[in-house]
Amino acid sequence: MKLLQVENLHVNVQGEPILKGLTLSIDAGEVHAIMGPNGSGKSTLAAVLAGRPGYEPVDGEVRFLGEDLMALEPEARAHLGMFLAFQYPVEIPGVSNMEFLKAALDSHHAALGRPQASAVEFMKRVRALAATLDLSPEFLKRGVNEGFSGGEKKRNEILQMLLLEPRLAVLDETDSGLDIDALQVVAAGVNGFRRDDNGVLLITHYQRLLDHIVPDQVHVLSGGRIVQSGDRTLALKLEREGYGWLAT
Amino acid sequence: MSESSVENLVNREYQAGFVTDIESDTLPPGLDESVVRFISAKKGEPEWLTDWRLAAFRGWQAMPEPRWAHVHYPPIDFQAISYYSAPRTQGDGPKSLDEVDPELLRTYERLGIPLHEQEILAGVVTDRAPGDALRDMPNVAVDAVFDSVSIATTFKAKLREAGVIFCSISEAVREHPELVRRYLGSVVPKSDNYYAALNSAVFSDGSFVYIPEGVRCPMELSTYFRINAQNTGQFERTLIVADKGAYVSYLEGCTAPMRDENQLHAAVVELVALEDAEIKYSTVQNWYPGDAEGKGGIYNFVTKRGVCKGDRAKISWTQVETGSAITWKYPSVVLRGHDSVGEFYSVALTNNRQQADTGTKMIHIGRNTRSTIISKGISAGRSSNAYRGLVRTSPTAAGARNFTQCDSLLIGGECGAHTFPYIENGCESAVIEHEATTSKVSDEQLFLCQQRGIDAEKAVSMIVNGFCKDVFRELPMEFAVEAGKLLEVSLEGAVG
Repeated sequence: MKLLQVENLHVNVQGEPILKGLTLSIDAGEVHAIMGPNGSGKSTLAAVLAGRPGYEPVDGEVRFLGEDLMALEPEARAHLGMFLAFQYPVEIPGVSNMEFLKAALDSHHAALGRPQASAVEFMKRVRALAATLDLSPEFLKRGVNEGFSGGEKKRNEILQMLLLEPRLAVLDETDSGLDIDALQVVAAGVNGFRRDDNGVLLITHYQRLLDHIVPDQVHVLSGGRIVQSGDRTLALKLEREGYGWLAT
Repeated sequence: MSESSVENLVNREYQAGFVTDIESDTLPPGLDESVVRFISAKKGEPEWLTDWRLAAFRGWQAMPEPRWAHVHYPPIDFQAISYYSAPRTQGDGPKSLDEVDPELLRTYERLGIPLHEQEILAGVVTDRAPGDALRDMPNVAVDAVFDSVSIATTFKAKLREAGVIFCSISEAVREHPELVRRYLGSVVPKSDNYYAALNSAVFSDGSFVYIPEGVRCPMELSTYFRINAQNTGQFERTLIVADKGAYVSYLEGCTAPMRDENQLHAAVVELVALEDAEIKYSTVQNWYPGDAEGKGGIYNFVTKRGVCKGDRAKISWTQVETGSAITWKYPSVVLRGHDSVGEFYSVALTNNRQQADTGTKMIHIGRNTRSTIISKGISAGRSSNAYRGLVRTSPTAAGARNFTQCDSLLIGGECGAHTFPYIENGCESAVIEHEATTSKVSDEQLFLCQQRGIDAEKAVSMIVNGFCKDVFRELPMEFAVEAGKLLEVSLEGAVG
């Protein structure tokens, strides 16, 4: 089953073309990794899938679960099952993590016509998920990302992913700034998330993440297009040889 | 206040903007000594009070209109305002509830202030079954002020048992002249400032509270102010005295119809806390703010001040200001008693074309006096929001301490936030701390929320509520809920 189908996607940022004909297809049950040099358009791909303002699709098509993704508001994409783990999660002072998670989950339930979770069952579930990520209950009372360490912010993104159970999780450099212990916790979270009916798109600079989350396919993004695809051995080759050997 | 009445109060758009069709006795517009005498005579006031009003009026005539606030408006024509308007059926002041015009009761019911139902709790009417929602409402005694007069005060008998006096100020002048004479103008003198002088001359009603020595007031007291008549100013006067060791929590709410003309509201509130007494004064101000283009709305020019007269007295102001076209108010505390405490917690939100210049004054005179100021200003639309605060320590205030935190939150790029702190430290051993921040609801924050499925409007209200948490915590429970919802409504359309 097709989760995501990107065809010849062109995206401008402030009038400047960044993605120039990107094509990508992800099936349910798959993990894809996108690698590439700085400025190749990796984060632009993540942003445009989630609908971040300022990222303007000018050509091509994106289908997500059969729907025209670019026609949807960011929150509608989220409700459909598109999740972005941010590279730099922003702080929202004064809004507790718990309150934020509840509002997010409630919005999904409301959009999908499901009954709201009761406060008690919600708390139980969040606490249990947090524990799997080594996050204490205290952490849930703090403001969203407020004063969190880099590792805590990234684990908080994974917590949100596990709670909202999206169909496609796009992880934008979630491994950057993580020490090896935190990386393992995050990877365990992602591996626990994987199911036959969902998918993961990893955007990363480093091969080491792929030791922990094994991808089905690796793509190299360069100059706004995917220039090479392969299995995980491609990532190992990139680590040995860099990007210089690729024709751009 | 129940959930449904909260909804009534804050329903989308300005739900309180309706007009009650009721016959009123209204003075023709204009202001001179005869108007002052008319009001005083109408109230059957003693000579000393008439003279006091006239002295205030003469003082006011000689004063220039203040222009220092960071607000802009065309000159006010004080001769175009009517200074007295009372529902005709009301006769001479508050009566028992059975005698109040049903149209007035309906007005308060629509506003979520069900005067009847409040009384049911007091046992006046007993045909409600246990478990009826109305029985579960919190006990709040209400003084309802409609235009220039108080139309009813609930729970008076029950309060009386505890020795608490809660009535309209007109009634207090008649029934407790010694208390009124002793304290009226003792905190805000009749010549204090332009609008206080005007109020002293023409105040028509308001609430009076006296808590005797050692008494903890058995329920929350509240006054609900409603402006209804056109071209009428509301000039109410509130006086609260907490005798030694007494405690009272007092709430105030305000609404007005939507009208194209600006209307003036110039109130004076005086608080007196004697030795070991505590007064907690909370306001949720939701006067009509004018339309999106700035047409109409209330000019809210108010003087509020309390004095901690005795040692260890405490006065705490909490305000949530979301309404009015222009707000100009500085609830203050004079810390005269040793070890006395003053607090000011404020949320001021301006949207569209609203303007606010609000803050506080903490005047430290006694030894080891302490004050805390937490101010949260939120600006949206094309509004302007200023914090203005004075912290003064006199040489006698050894060991005085102040902590001020003043935060501004901007929504969109067309609004303004300003901070004008004044620190006058006359005491070497005093410690004064001031912290200020300005932040914006950023596109990144909104996008994070939207990516998690939360729409932009809900996201803004969540972010603003988070920003105000330190202040909402100080509000009585029912008011905190109301305040949160009120912010949500006031922010309507703030995100593009």
